[in-house]
Amino acid sequence: MKTYKYITVLVAICASLLFVQCSDDDDNGNVIMMATCDDGIQNGDEEGVDCGGSACAPCTVAVDFTGTYAQEDQMGRPGINTVFGTTGMKDAFNTTVPSQMGANFQAAFETKLLALNAAYTTNALGLDAPTFTTVLANDVLWVAQTGTTTYFEGTNVLTGRNLSDDVIDISLLLIFGGPDGTDNPTLTSDGVDSNDVAFSATFPYLANPF
Amino acid sequence: MKKTKIIAAIGGLSLAVLSVVLIAADHIDAPAVTGTSSDITDFYAFQGSNPDNLVFVANVQGLLASGQGTEQATFDENVLIEVNVDRTNDLVEDVLIQAIKRGDSMYFFLKDTPAQTGLNSTIDVDSMIGSVKISTTTDVQTSTNNGYSFFAGPREDPFYFDFLQYNAVLDGSAPGGFNDPGADTFAGTNVLSIVVEVPKANLGNAATGVNPLNPSAALYNTWVESKRKQ
Repeated sequence: MKTYKYITVLVAICASLLFVQCSDDDDNGNVIMMATCDDGIQNGDEEGVDCGGSACAPCTVAVDFTGTYAQEDQMGRPGINTVFGTTGMKDAFNTTVPSQMGANFQAAFETKLLALNAAYTTNALGLDAPTFTTVLANDVLWVAQTGTTTYFEGTNVLTGRNLSDDVIDISLLLIFGGPDGTDNPTLTSDGVDSNDVAFSATFPYLANPF
Repeated sequence: MKKTKIIAAIGGLSLAVLSVVLIAADHIDAPAVTGTSSDITDFYAFQGSNPDNLVFVANVQGLLASGQGTEQATFDENVLIEVNVDRTNDLVEDVLIQAIKRGDSMYFFLKDTPAQTGLNSTIDVDSMIGSVKISTTTDVQTSTNNGYSFFAGPREDPFYFDFLQYNAVLDGSAPGGFNDPGADTFAGTNVLSIVVEVPKANLGNAATGVNPLNPSAALYNTWVESKRKQ
């Protein structure tokens, strides 16, 4: 503490009165004593010019962000590629931009939906097979600008995805539950209704790891 | 000999279990990304504790066991994670949020109306919105800057699903359907998470007419991508 005060005093004097004598680029024995974090030279215990060491702010490392990055995986809604993708199609789906997904994959999704549930007519949202798979093939997650964000919590539908949302049961219900959600009762819930640990109400919201 | 057989049996069993376990939400969803550092496991988007903000969560590298499995998992400096926000309902990103590891930190960038959209990306260093030291299992780090909040590191996997029973249903070996209660295949496992909280004002106004069932709702189309340095 004392040393810092001493340096401060010296700097003040240097700035106010003695700047001619205390020029930064002198090279004699008082350099270490006079090291400051704005003198434009690496001195004292600085790790770089006016940075690092015991007195100055950490040095900013030159970080390289150059290069081109090419897409490998994509995801909007939970489980879309997993459930509706078919062998030979999944990698292609992951490397297709959303604006091209409908044109490229809606028909395959509809085929897969009817393979999963041959009796599908409409679902609890009132969507027939072409409409439902058109929505799903554009693999993006809708998020409300204002108000409740949830996959489904009893009132709001597809306005986001919370950590706690039971997205599997919602998906199963829409695939297997029929027009009023009562078809195939043994297939419309996986029997796991919540996560195994609680979430936090504050950032970063997810729970500490095991 | 006996021991070897038992070990072989256990090895065979765990392999068989693993091969069906790991395909849910988006965990190990396709051959090219399965088990790699670019494998997205899940994506969440929700209103923050501050209702003026939206929170985006991108999880990668799922099914990490506690202890060493999690402690040794690291983000890949060659993998760029991108959260895309489309506010005009043309399914093309209008706001691009990027996250990439350098050294011991995760760096974040946000670009409104990016010049380049789609499958290939570059990073504009002038669009940096902040960084955070990557957390470990014991050292949890968050940071804030200009209304943004940042986190990167291991978290408990928030996903839950009786995935084994789902596969049994699909392969015809479970004619009775699901169990009640089911068994959470993802219980006790961790993921690597990137969490960024963003002021809604920085995303612009969302479009209406997105959801055919509720056309008056103003909705963003959002999605996450992983991209590898070429």
